[in-house]
Amino acid sequence: MPETTDTTPASGARIHLENLTKIYPGNPTPAVDNVNLEVKAGEIVIFVGPSGCGKSTCLKMINRLIEPTHGRIRIGDEDVTDMDPVKLRRKVGYAIQASGLFPHMTVAQNIGLVPKMIGWSKGRVRNRVEEMLDLVGLDPREFHGRYPRQLSGGQQQRVGVARALAADPPVLLMDEPFGAVDPITRDHLQDELIRLQHELHKTICFVTHDFDEAIKLGDRIAVLREQSHIAQFDTPEAILTNPTDDFVSGFVGAGAALKRLNLTRVRDVGVVEFPTAGLDDPLETIFDRLRSGSHNELLLLDRNGRPYKWLRRGDLARARESLARAGTLVQHTVSRDATLRDALEAVLTDSAGRAAVTGRRGEYIGVVDMATLMNNVHELLEADRLEAIEHQHQLQERRARQTQMEQEGLAGAGGPEGGPGSVV
Amino acid sequence: MSFWEYVGTRHAQLLTDTYQHASAVFQCMVLATLLGVLIAVATYRSEWAGNLATVSTATILTIPSLALIGLLIPIVGLGVPPTVIALTLYGLLPVVRNAIVGLRGVDPDLVDAANGIGMSRTARLFRVELPLAWPPILTGIRVATQMLMGIAAIAAFASGPGLGNEIFRGIASLGSANSLNQVLSGTLGIAILALLFDAAYVLIGRLTISRGIRA
Repeated sequence: MPETTDTTPASGARIHLENLTKIYPGNPTPAVDNVNLEVKAGEIVIFVGPSGCGKSTCLKMINRLIEPTHGRIRIGDEDVTDMDPVKLRRKVGYAIQASGLFPHMTVAQNIGLVPKMIGWSKGRVRNRVEEMLDLVGLDPREFHGRYPRQLSGGQQQRVGVARALAADPPVLLMDEPFGAVDPITRDHLQDELIRLQHELHKTICFVTHDFDEAIKLGDRIAVLREQSHIAQFDTPEAILTNPTDDFVSGFVGAGAALKRLNLTRVRDVGVVEFPTAGLDDPLETIFDRLRSGSHNELLLLDRNGRPYKWLRRGDLARARESLARAGTLVQHTVSRDATLRDALEAVLTDSAGRAAVTGRRGEYIGVVDMATLMNNVHELLEADRLEAIEHQHQLQERRARQTQMEQEGLAGAGGPEGGPGSVV
Repeated sequence: MSFWEYVGTRHAQLLTDTYQHASAVFQCMVLATLLGVLIAVATYRSEWAGNLATVSTATILTIPSLALIGLLIPIVGLGVPPTVIALTLYGLLPVVRNAIVGLRGVDPDLVDAANGIGMSRTARLFRVELPLAWPPILTGIRVATQMLMGIAAIAAFASGPGLGNEIFRGIASLGSANSLNQVLSGTLGIAILALLFDAAYVLIGRLTISRGIRA
């Protein structure tokens, strides 16, 4: 299972979609056909699929911006299918592409909108606005009174997310929120979202057509094909290593193994020990360690324990009295939080095929090299494959049970088919 | 009698006429704005209703003002009523058209966002759509006011208030000593009023259009 079970009680709420269908008048084929999906509390689920597959429609049915033709929506334990949509939407955060900020309102007014509408006092709204700006990494004093057009695209998007979260909704819907910003800003915003989610544990449904974004953000990914048929709904790891069919593998695209490297951090895999020495160690000790060790190389650390120089046996001959001119300076280090992909990059660019791994303050922790990476990746892929196969078995079993129940005429307990035709 | 002597001796009468002219245009404009925005709000969502509103207000504008006032006299009598009705009707078109264009021009993503964060229809209208459509509406009001300034002069034909009385009196007594002065003072008065109103609109625009959307 992915790491969705956190220690703190998730402030998100479960979302349950049952037989959700949208048929537009005058069009016999449904835009969204019979979607069944459960999003666990505190989980980020990504809806990903080609343009026009109905993923946005699907998302907009959750807060009923689009009214479903059939089916039920449950948030938490509440059936919200027939609830007043205005009330429902105040409990569900909504962030869209290009931020959707109101240009005639200041940043503070935009963020304060929902809290104000649900009747918070002025002081409380003001405090909340400051808190939200802080949360998304904007200085409240500086940005409070600005208008959206005075912000960069990335800043607008941050404010958009702040507005969506202002009334502390348990559920957050995001409709391609980072679609309109440049790749570098998008990357930052994605990191921000991951950080936010670590703090907040909302239940997030996120629509994108960018599979790499899906892999990066999702606890689970729902790959949708036309009419929102779920082609696969699983963890990113499982989808990458074991796509159910050609459609999914086509969507995953080439280089699944490489993409898989993005999902694992250096801290999650073993690093190898490497002989080290401090700058202040006497030369003899360093010589001894180099001669006796299994490696013909040693990593010299500076006074703060940070990687400083690689020392080879051959370098010693030239070293003589001081270490000042011996060895090669460490150029690339990899932090523990870096992805395996970054580590691979560092290893590939390093002349000797290894990279030092550092902790939060840059202190030495270990070394990764090609062999470690390869072993780790093989293990990961194998584990993923087993997990994916198991998930598929479970799914098949569940489907088999369902068909059996339907044949016995016991199905249909999930809500009257086409009941209250709630079309507005 | 020179023009300035004429203005000097008749300034009390002229000021009263000017005031009444301004007051009539202002009040009719307020009425036209309220009605026009109301019509626009009621119709902008539907293609045909919005077009119908624009076309019908445009049709009113094609009726010559003299004829419209003339037609109104047998129905509502002389004086203020035909003036107010005619001015309000003429003021509608620019307001209605600009309001519909403005409301329809609001970015659908913003409407989506407003709905998505849980605004009711009225909240959406008053807090998002109308504020965003306000600059074009204000332009409409401005154009309509300029137009009404001239049309209000015709109201004197139905014994209405305003500077039109000066003009009509001058035309009626053509050839007499003051006829030219009367026509001139009425016309100049209207021109000056129009300029003053325009300046006022610039100020209103400054005060009411959010800095976030001001050009």
